[in-house]
Amino acid sequence: MEFLESIFILPFLDIADSPIFFLEVVISGVLAGVMYSLVALGFVLIFKASGVFNFAQGAMVLFAALTLVGLMEQGVPIFFAILITMAVMVLLAILIEKMMLRHLVNQEGIILFMATIGLNFILEGVGQIAWGSDVKKLDVGLPDKTFEYGGMLLNTLDLSAALIAAIMVTVLALFFQYTGTGRALRAVADDHQAAMSVGIPLKSIWIIVWSVAGFVALVAGILWGTKAGVQFSLVLIALKALPVLILGGFTSIPGAIIGGLIIGVGEKVVEVYWGPAFGGAIEGWFAYMLALAFLMFRPQGLFGEKIIERV
Amino acid sequence: MATQHTTEEVLLDVKGISLSFGGVKALNNISFDVRKGEIRAIIGPNGAGKSSMLNCINGFYHPQEGEITFKGETRKQMQPHKAAEQGIARTFQNIALFSGMSTLDNIMTGRNLKMKANVFWQALHLGPARREEVEHREVAERVIDFLEIEQIRKTPVGRLPYGLQKRVELGRALAAEPDLLLLDEPMAGMNHEEKEDMCRYILDVNDQLGTTIVLIEHDMSVVMDISDRVVVLDYGRMLADGTPDVVRTNQDVINAYLGVTHE
Repeated sequence: MEFLESIFILPFLDIADSPIFFLEVVISGVLAGVMYSLVALGFVLIFKASGVFNFAQGAMVLFAALTLVGLMEQGVPIFFAILITMAVMVLLAILIEKMMLRHLVNQEGIILFMATIGLNFILEGVGQIAWGSDVKKLDVGLPDKTFEYGGMLLNTLDLSAALIAAIMVTVLALFFQYTGTGRALRAVADDHQAAMSVGIPLKSIWIIVWSVAGFVALVAGILWGTKAGVQFSLVLIALKALPVLILGGFTSIPGAIIGGLIIGVGEKVVEVYWGPAFGGAIEGWFAYMLALAFLMFRPQGLFGEKIIERV
Repeated sequence: MATQHTTEEVLLDVKGISLSFGGVKALNNISFDVRKGEIRAIIGPNGAGKSSMLNCINGFYHPQEGEITFKGETRKQMQPHKAAEQGIARTFQNIALFSGMSTLDNIMTGRNLKMKANVFWQALHLGPARREEVEHREVAERVIDFLEIEQIRKTPVGRLPYGLQKRVELGRALAAEPDLLLLDEPMAGMNHEEKEDMCRYILDVNDQLGTTIVLIEHDMSVVMDISDRVVVLDYGRMLADGTPDVVRTNQDVINAYLGVTHE
């Protein structure tokens, strides 16, 4: 009885009791959610344009962040360090196309997926051989101050991170939908062979999309690295992107955004209000439970393309 | 029904093409030419190597022997997107559309090659990219008018019935304003009415746009009706080459199609 009460009654009383605090929880959830969206976006981009589920996305985030921090430790000014890191990510994209994708045209998705698992290990290894495996502090000059607004505690770092992520997500969504290159990217994702027959050069498209994903990884690396330090566990945030993708659908940029927000907000709200009933620490598994529920009832996600097989 | 556009000028010259997969010879020393403005059919029983021939022409396959000359330029190996740049567009036997994209978007991909604004301008959606988009959109709309598919412009092509999908695929190829159009069984799986429509579009494309067409087709009455000259393949060999009348009376062709009695 007490347990039921703590699930169905107490949380709502708490919310009604202090709506300002509830709002604060929601906002912190939104801010975390935007960051999840950003990582999920890297997956969606590559999945849309090459039909590859890129297991190495998390490693790319780590690799970008490590490179950036490494350069800054060598005394390279922030601005140039970011430019050089971006150049490194483009170079990485070119290498991936030349050494991996080119040889796997028209192969099954699972084969490409396996290849990205290999890529994951290479990136993790190379990144740590080059820059070491210590936890590093990253400071790119984003303001990190906590202030009070309307009775809520907010953090400038979270806010600016969310703002940057939001801008990036919007720009990419528009780019995909309304430009010729965006259309070419979607075409490649849909059918390699048909895309080649209308004169879309597969190779340069792949380089573009992996570079963009590298750029997204860099931004995610900067934001997460500033928040939590640059360390090996950055790879694991990719795991958080999975439930986001399952909710939002693997092929939808808006889906990645909304999925990220739902997970971010859901996690925080559930932890704060329902946590006590389960003895806390719900935050860790709530996202996966939600994803599981989605897999059972709506496997294509909220916005994914419904798979209809013609027979 | 020979078209008036046919000239003596050779647009595509295929010489001594041999292609094998492992030990299987798909094509064995095939030579023929395609004149500017004509409708050229490739016929033959299943497995004769017809699609392989098209795949060689647009660069999906690289024949081990022989050479292909298109618009006076000879090549041994070529990537499909290079072939498209040269002015070769095609459709596929099993429709290969971008099924998640709308009819209009599919047709717009056909314009992709002609877009010159770089990614930077496109990303900003400004300046040259914007002007280009409008320009290409006009061409795409003309194609849509031509094929009478206005009412499905915004429909994702995956949802369209088979016959319409075939038409959209033709539209995508036409949007590239090709010099040479390769059609791989454009009428396969269609009912009589749809076939008649498709025939009309093919003849109109040839007649009004002056596009040279190479097509593979099984329906003999269609082939004999619309093509200027016919190549007959059988087990990767060339059996005959000539006008429909010549091919129709060729003994080898009759044997291949009707079978021959062994004594």
